[in-house]
Amino acid sequence: MEVSLFDLQTGQKAIISRLKEGEMFRKKLASLNIRVGKTIRKITAEPLRGPVVIEIENTEATIGMNMAKKIVVEPLEAE
Amino acid sequence: MKILLMGNPNVGKSAIFSRLTGVNVMVSNYPGTTIELKKGKMKLDDRLVEIIDVPGTYTLEPTSKAEEVAVRMLEVGDVVVNVVDATNLERNLYLTLQLLEQDIPVIVVLNFWDEIRHLGIQIDAKKLEAHLNVPVVPTVAVTAEGIKKLVSRLPEARAHANKYSEEARWSEIGKIIREVQKLTFKKHTFLEKLEDLSVKPLTGIPITLSILALVFWLVRFFGENLIAYLFDPLFELYLPAVTGLSNVLGEGSIIHDVLVGTLIEGKIDFVQSMGLLTTGLYVPFAMVLPYVFAFYLVLGVLEDSGYLPRLATLVDAVLHKLGMHGLAIIPMLLGLGCNVPGALSTRILETKRQRFIAATLMAIVVPCMAQTSMVFALLGPYGIKGLGTYFVTLFIVWLALGFLLNKVLKGETPETFMEIPPYRIPYFGSLAKKLWMRIRSFLTEAIPFVLLGVLIVNILYVLGIIDWISEAAAPVIVGIWGLPKEAVASLIVGFLRKDVAVGMLLPLGLDMGQLIVASVVLTMYFPCVATFVVLFKELGAMDLIKSTAIMIVSALLVGGILNALL
Repeated sequence: MEVSLFDLQTGQKAIISRLKEGEMFRKKLASLNIRVGKTIRKITAEPLRGPVVIEIENTEATIGMNMAKKIVVEPLEAE
Repeated sequence: MKILLMGNPNVGKSAIFSRLTGVNVMVSNYPGTTIELKKGKMKLDDRLVEIIDVPGTYTLEPTSKAEEVAVRMLEVGDVVVNVVDATNLERNLYLTLQLLEQDIPVIVVLNFWDEIRHLGIQIDAKKLEAHLNVPVVPTVAVTAEGIKKLVSRLPEARAHANKYSEEARWSEIGKIIREVQKLTFKKHTFLEKLEDLSVKPLTGIPITLSILALVFWLVRFFGENLIAYLFDPLFELYLPAVTGLSNVLGEGSIIHDVLVGTLIEGKIDFVQSMGLLTTGLYVPFAMVLPYVFAFYLVLGVLEDSGYLPRLATLVDAVLHKLGMHGLAIIPMLLGLGCNVPGALSTRILETKRQRFIAATLMAIVVPCMAQTSMVFALLGPYGIKGLGTYFVTLFIVWLALGFLLNKVLKGETPETFMEIPPYRIPYFGSLAKKLWMRIRSFLTEAIPFVLLGVLIVNILYVLGIIDWISEAAAPVIVGIWGLPKEAVASLIVGFLRKDVAVGMLLPLGLDMGQLIVASVVLTMYFPCVATFVVLFKELGAMDLIKSTAIMIVSALLVGGILNALL
C-alpha cells in the first residue's frame, strides 16, 4: 500500500515508487541518489511542520515537509 | 597548467587541496564549507602548476550558483581531479560520468578510503579504473595517505568525451556498482546510533541543549583560566616596563596620553587608561584572545564532528518561520566567533532573500567573541541576572526581527533539501591547523583595528570632538537609552572595534541596568567596519542601506524598551 514519505512511519523502511512532480524535482532528489526503486529508511520527522530525515544507503538527508509529501513510497514489511 | 579539484559537496576537496598545495584552507564536516574558489600552487616535475579548489557540486547542469561556477571553471581548467566520496560511490559517480563527457582529462580520487571498511563496503579500485578508463587513486586526505600516488599519476589523466543521456548515465552507474562494489553485513556503531538520536526531536533537543550549555561553559572555563593563570600574570610582568615609560614621559604630555593613557588614581589601569601600550594591548591579548581561542577550539570540534547539519535539521522548522533554512544556523554560529566569516558564510543559503535576512540578523543580533569577552568582563560580576538578560534580550530580538522580516519581505523560503554527513571523530591535526588559522586572522586583522580605535579615541578627545558629538547625541543617548552622554565615545569607537567600545563603558560607573542597555545597544546599532565592508560586498549597496536602517531603528527601539524596563 503506497503512502507518501511524509506519512510513512518513523523507523520504517520503504521503496520509492514514484514522484508526484516533474523533471526538476526528480533531478534534485537524484543528486543525493534518492530515485525511484531505491530503499530508504525514515529516521524521523521534526515537529512544527519541520523536515523529514531519511537514510538512503550511506547518505542521510533532510527533506522539507512539502517535498516529502510528493515522494510516494511502498513500505517494506518490518524485519 | 590549471588543475581543478571537483566533486560533490563534503567529499574532502579542500583537505586534498591543502595536501597538494601546502596552503591552509578551512576544512569542516558539512557541505558548503568552501564558498569561493581557492587557488594554490604545486610543484609537478619542476613545473609550477595551479591547483583550484572548486566549491562542491552534484551535477554539471547549472541549476544553482555553485554549479554555474563549476561549469565555468571547466572552460579554463586543463585537468580535473574528480574527488569522490568512496562511502557514497554510486551517487558520486553521476558527476564523474558527466565529467567524462567533457573534453578534459580526468583523474578520479576515492577519498575516505579508510572509512569504507567500517561501513562494510568493498570497492575494487582496479576494476573501477578499468571501467572508467581513467586513473583511480584511493586516498585518505586528512592523513595524506595516497596523495603522493595521486601526484605521480596526474600525468595519466585522460579525456574521453563520452556522450550519455541521463538515463544511460544511471544505468551505466548501476552496472559499474554491481561489478566493483560489494556490501557486507555491518554492525551499527555507536556513532551511527548517535546520528539517529541527535536528529530525533525527543532525544535531539536535549542533546542540543546539553551541547550548547557545554559550549558556553567550556568557553568561559577556558577563557577565564587562560586569563587568570596565563595572560594576567604576563601583563603583571609587563607592568613595570610600561610604568617606567610613563615616568619618563611624564603624565599629561600628549605622547604619554597616546602611548600610556590616563593614569587612574596615579596608576596604570590596563582596562581604563586607553593608551596604545596599555589598553591597546591588554584588551586584545588578555581580555579577548583567551575567549577567541576557547570559542574556536570548541567550534572546530563541532564543525568537524558533523554535528552542525543535524543542528540545522532540528532548528529548520523554527528558522523557516524567520525566513531562513536550518542551515542559516551556520552563519549565526560563525558570527559568534567573528561577524566577518559569519557574513561570508551566508552564501550557503541559496536565495537572495534568505541571505539578506540571515546577514541582517547576524549583523544586528549576534555579538562576536571579541565583544562577548568584554561583556563577560562587564556583566559577568552580575552573574546570570546580568549576562542572562543580555543574551535573552538578543535572542528575543533575533526571533522577533526574523519573524517580522519574513512577514514583510516578498518571496518565500524554498524547502530544505540537504545532505547530512556521518559523524566523524575530528583529527587533532586538522583542528589545530584550523584553530591556528583563525587565531592568526584575529591577531593580524583585529589588533590593528584595536590600536587604531584606541588612537582615534585619544585624537577625538584631544580635539574636543567627542564633547561636541556627545552634546549633539545627548537626546538619544540620555533621553532614550538612559545612559550618560559620555557613552557616545564608546559608540563612536564601536564602529571600529566592539571590544574596545565595551571596555570604554567601565569608567562611566554605570549600574547594571545601564550596562545591559549599553551592551545591547553596542551589539545592535551598527556592525564593526570590517563586517560592514563584507556586507557591502555580499549584499550590494541597496540591501546594505536597508539592512543598516533596520539596525538603527531596532537599536533605538530595543535600547529604549530595555531602559524603560530595567
